[in-house]
Amino acid sequence: MTRKQRRLILIGGSVGVLALAIGLVLNALSGSIVFFNSPTDVTEKHVAAGTRIRIGGLVKPGSLQRGENLRVRFEVTDGKSDVAVRYQGIVPDLFREGQGVVAEGKLAAGGTLDADTVLAKHDERYMPREVVDALKKSGRWEETSGELAGGKTR
Amino acid sequence: MIPELGHYALVLALALGLIQSVVPIIGAATRDSALMRLATSTALMQFALVAFSFGALTACYVLSDFSVVSVFENTHSMMPLIYKFTSVWGNHEGSMLLWVLILSLFGALVAAFGANLPATLKAHVLAVQSWVATAFYLFILLTSNPFLRLPQAPLEGRDLNPILQDLGLAIHPPLLYLGYVGFSISFSFAIAALIEGRIDAAWARWVRPWTLMAWMCLTVGIAMGSYWAYYTLGWGGFWFWDPVENASLMPWLAGTALLHSAVVMEKRNALKIWSILLAILAFSLSLIGTFLVRSGVLTSVHSFANDPARGVFILAILVLFIGGGLGLFAWRAPMLKQGGLFAPISREGALIFNNLFLTTACLTVFVGTLYPLALEAFTGEKISVGGPFFNLTFGPLFVALMFAMPFGPLLAWKRGDLLGVAQRLMTAFAVGLVAVAGAFAIKGGASVLAPFGVGLAFYVMAGAVVDLVERTGLMRLPMATVRSRAAGLPRSTWGTAVAHFGIAVSMLGIISAGTWGTERIVALKPTQTVSLSGYDLSFDGLVERTGPNYNAVVAKFTVREGGVPIGVMEPSKRNFAARETSTNEAALMARGAGQLYLSLGDTNKDGSIAIRLYYKPMVMLIWLGALVMMFGGALSLSDRRLRVGAPKPAAKSAAKTALQPAE
Repeated sequence: MTRKQRRLILIGGSVGVLALAIGLVLNALSGSIVFFNSPTDVTEKHVAAGTRIRIGGLVKPGSLQRGENLRVRFEVTDGKSDVAVRYQGIVPDLFREGQGVVAEGKLAAGGTLDADTVLAKHDERYMPREVVDALKKSGRWEETSGELAGGKTR
Repeated sequence: MIPELGHYALVLALALGLIQSVVPIIGAATRDSALMRLATSTALMQFALVAFSFGALTACYVLSDFSVVSVFENTHSMMPLIYKFTSVWGNHEGSMLLWVLILSLFGALVAAFGANLPATLKAHVLAVQSWVATAFYLFILLTSNPFLRLPQAPLEGRDLNPILQDLGLAIHPPLLYLGYVGFSISFSFAIAALIEGRIDAAWARWVRPWTLMAWMCLTVGIAMGSYWAYYTLGWGGFWFWDPVENASLMPWLAGTALLHSAVVMEKRNALKIWSILLAILAFSLSLIGTFLVRSGVLTSVHSFANDPARGVFILAILVLFIGGGLGLFAWRAPMLKQGGLFAPISREGALIFNNLFLTTACLTVFVGTLYPLALEAFTGEKISVGGPFFNLTFGPLFVALMFAMPFGPLLAWKRGDLLGVAQRLMTAFAVGLVAVAGAFAIKGGASVLAPFGVGLAFYVMAGAVVDLVERTGLMRLPMATVRSRAAGLPRSTWGTAVAHFGIAVSMLGIISAGTWGTERIVALKPTQTVSLSGYDLSFDGLVERTGPNYNAVVAKFTVREGGVPIGVMEPSKRNFAARETSTNEAALMARGAGQLYLSLGDTNKDGSIAIRLYYKPMVMLIWLGALVMMFGGALSLSDRRLRVGAPKPAAKSAAKTALQPAE
């Protein structure tokens, strides 16, 4: 085998693997990414039923209902619009009315989200950034609370 | 007084860092050995000063000196002593001090054990190491000073984030940092080689032990982080493809590639430029990891507090070192002497295959991690890229890599015989096929891919064994010969086999726990029983307990297997008054390599309590495999040829140096 052939094999192999990887990435990106929406986005953009989405906002006070078999229903609000969420399972420890929450699942017909994942904040300092952004967008975010969330003493 | 001394020591370290950044380079340029030797003393002194500074901060934490801001914000006087120690790095400021402590430690190690390095190379390496250290000293002193005082000392601290009050904090961050920062040495060696414009096989021999050491720590650091997340987050997951996790996986992938390419460089004097690039990339990815985690770009348990100034500063460090490193590479690399090319079917070819797939896999993780950030920055659209993406991209690449893995060590250098190797691997193929059939027989065809994954894992394990059997001549030769051959095998050969075996062990655990794990989520009242995978758990009731700085509600469960009691499980919820937060302490029970996992949810009005119960077959293999990999690395590191600080292995290299004309 000549030097040239060896080099060709090496370069060809690298390009092949890279092309394979790009193919895999594009394929995966088209099928498995999830878009984030605020409740206002969901109502305004008319997201099609059956789409997998992530929504973030606050759990609307007074909307939390607990049913049989660990079924939970609640509404996520950004102050402008609300989206109803159904979930079965154990909600996170810090899931409370009036607190930030992120839910992921399929949007059912009628605009209810069938969530398979519900995330709440980790501790008293942390607010999911998606929630902060959703609240900022709807104008319900107060910078003072943002500073508090940063947890500085002086 | 103590915090001021610590602060002062850090400022002195910065001054020494600045000196060490410049003087050795001048020394190397003017052939002034006194100036070059200065780097050795300053590197050792820097470590002493940073260690003193770190000790001072630790003293503040242990003595609960709440006049120091970071102590006030992150400890509580009632906290157990071990957490007072670990909370030193359980916050942004302290963790950055740990980072520079390790950075200066590695610099000091090179200074102390690098006596056999050529003087100019050593001077350059220590100077580059000092550039990195200086940048981070400045970062700490200007934006994240851990020694800041409050005008009036509060009586009580705010307590450490309860999630971090765990033994995991004592193990995971230091090991991970040893890994991240360890790659700074490979980076410094790479930059030094580029500055000198000269690189040879000896370079690889000097770099490999450092890379190996960093790699071992990173491997176990990642594994321990995964185990910590597994038992602390309460839902039994061990890897979430979270950006923060990916940030640690990327340097691991690049570092693993570097380990393998350095072998080619050392043995065959080829792949030189590629190895340099990998060394730069591995550390760059470590820096990107630090940036992602520390800048507040991502929110997670790892981002302690967000301050835009810090993000910008780290970004500047990032641009300086990655941009500078790659720029220098683009400028100087073409001047380096190219290594030879070689036949595709050979050990070198197999190692290139390894490098190609590892770096491509690293690239897919990179895309998956940064694409959402880039998309949001440019279009404002928010997406989340999770497990499915990585399973579809990283998965196939890794499968190809695993399949090729046993071939590598069996192929000969220069020109290998693929067919011959395939024949020698027949036993491994057979073991793999039996494993596939066995997995189908036991678990059924519910998941088609998983049994093949199990087969692949067994094939890799058998392949590692075949490699050793072939080399020692076991079954072919008399026992005495086998014994002497085994003793004569280089430790690095044993290390390779053990590490390859280890990754297959991890893979087996991941497949098994991920595919055949079972779960029940139910609400239970006292005396009720729940069954899962042949285990019956009866709920005996709730008890309250008081810990040093928390109150806990403990649920007691008796576990029976086939009616026979085998133990109790006591998951609990801890409520920390100082932060008004609670944590969930899952209960684990080992069943062979598998585990029963029980965690608590909410208490309902009717007196029942929600529980999550998981059975994870063979889950412990995931982390055990990482330990096996680390052991393989340690074996390799103990190889005479690579031992840190070992005298020059052969007269050959000494002769070579002597023959070289004075540069």
